[in-house]
Amino acid sequence: MAYSEKVIDHYENPRNVGSFEKGDDSIGTGMVGAPACGDVMKLQIKVNPVTGIIEDARFKTYGCGSAIASSSLVTEWVKGKTLDEAASLKNSEIAQELALPPVKIHCSILAEDAIKAAVDDYKKKHTH
Amino acid sequence: MDMTPHFPIYLDYSSTNPCDDRVVDAMIPWLREHFGNPASRSHAWGWEAEEAVEKARVQVADLIGADPREIVWTSGATESNNLAIKGAAQFYKTKGKHLITVKTEHKAVLDTMRELERQGFEVTYLDVQEDGLLDLNKLKDAIRPDTSLISVMHVNNEIGVIQDIVAIGNMCREKGIIFHVDAAQSTGKVDINLAELPVDLMSLASHKTYGPKGIGALYVRRKPRVRLEAQMHGGGHERGMRSGTLPTHQCVGMGEAFRIAKLEMAQDIAKAKHLSQRLLNGLKDIEQVFINGHLTQRVPHNLNISFNYVEGESLIMGIKGLAVSSGSACTSASLEPSYVLRALGRSDELAHSSLRMTVGRYSTEEEIDFAISTIRLNVSKLRDLSPLWDMYKEGIDISTIQWAAH
Repeated sequence: MAYSEKVIDHYENPRNVGSFEKGDDSIGTGMVGAPACGDVMKLQIKVNPVTGIIEDARFKTYGCGSAIASSSLVTEWVKGKTLDEAASLKNSEIAQELALPPVKIHCSILAEDAIKAAVDDYKKKHTH
Repeated sequence: MDMTPHFPIYLDYSSTNPCDDRVVDAMIPWLREHFGNPASRSHAWGWEAEEAVEKARVQVADLIGADPREIVWTSGATESNNLAIKGAAQFYKTKGKHLITVKTEHKAVLDTMRELERQGFEVTYLDVQEDGLLDLNKLKDAIRPDTSLISVMHVNNEIGVIQDIVAIGNMCREKGIIFHVDAAQSTGKVDINLAELPVDLMSLASHKTYGPKGIGALYVRRKPRVRLEAQMHGGGHERGMRSGTLPTHQCVGMGEAFRIAKLEMAQDIAKAKHLSQRLLNGLKDIEQVFINGHLTQRVPHNLNISFNYVEGESLIMGIKGLAVSSGSACTSASLEPSYVLRALGRSDELAHSSLRMTVGRYSTEEEIDFAISTIRLNVSKLRDLSPLWDMYKEGIDISTIQWAAH
């Protein structure tokens, strides 16, 4: 299977790898996928409590090159966005940007799910 | 031989072998000036082609201790498996319509069995033990009065374990059951002597023993005689068992490859042992590494390893200087990980995390050392990226987590 140049670039130079400190209130964490399916993504966003803007993001992914590239790309895209803007990211945009073949579309869906889960997690922490 | 490593380094010998130069040289004349049809009885073009095909048949028979009259040419091991299983099941169907095989067989056996189920046969698919070997007691229990054929592979293509075909064959003999063995992976790697082995039908491939692709053979025992219903009808070639003009150059190629295999088997095996041990030594101290398949009851050229918490396809993408294969679903069109590794009871993540590395006649120490360093580097890089590795390091048992399926 041939990978697109963008997938290879994100795989070889993944952006924003890592995790934020635990117990930080300004962090939202989303963990999606399952080891049995061959991919697990953990995506974290750091939100400015005053402006509600995502200031930073981190990821860790267990999965194929396309899954790693999808999550790496998403961490770049969500920075500077509001929570609602981030949550409205579509998997089709990710798939298009990375030129994912049909068998890898599920990787982009997983990345969309991950960002939604991270936004939900942040919102849950801040509704009380 | 040219000693510079060629990229990507070929560590996928269980998939196919390069054709030996001596094999190619033997084949060429039969593509050029000696083009006759071996079935042409009326002129010298045909006679010389027939002689070449028969000489090759002797060479194939010699490697496995068979009589040349027991060798039927086919297009490869897949066709041999089809002919053996369908041919015997259909011929002996009045005796019974129950067949037994194993879950870790090659698809050419499993899918053939599925087809026979559609034709009204009943098939038992046996589990294997954690080490990939068949539990002979389970096999014994599965045998019924109407069992007509048992098919068990000799060497597994993914994990390289060697099944005890002597014990299985003896069990079949006792009960008068036809025993078929898929030996595509074993010629030139394991001693085979059909003069003594209790095997009735054996599928053989050429291209996994340094011969050309597109040719194989089926061994069909003469004493006691095993009968088959033909699956390919036509001019009645191969004593009516497999019609079709024989590809002289292919037959000659397989014959030469098997001649060389017999001659050089001892040194091929010694080299494979040395190199795969070197590979294993270079990798075994990595944390959370698991070898798939029985440790000693296996062919020496196969090393199938799972690197826990690292997904196989991403690892293959990283070690791009190496040509290897993975049990991860992501490398294939399906979404299921290797059914062979699942049959060993390996967890899904371990099945997704496996690499199959197989060495061969042209592998070198330099290539192995390069493989070790690039694998170590990439496993460590991908574990830094892996949320599962973090959880493992924090002492979280990931099997206790309720994962959302997707």
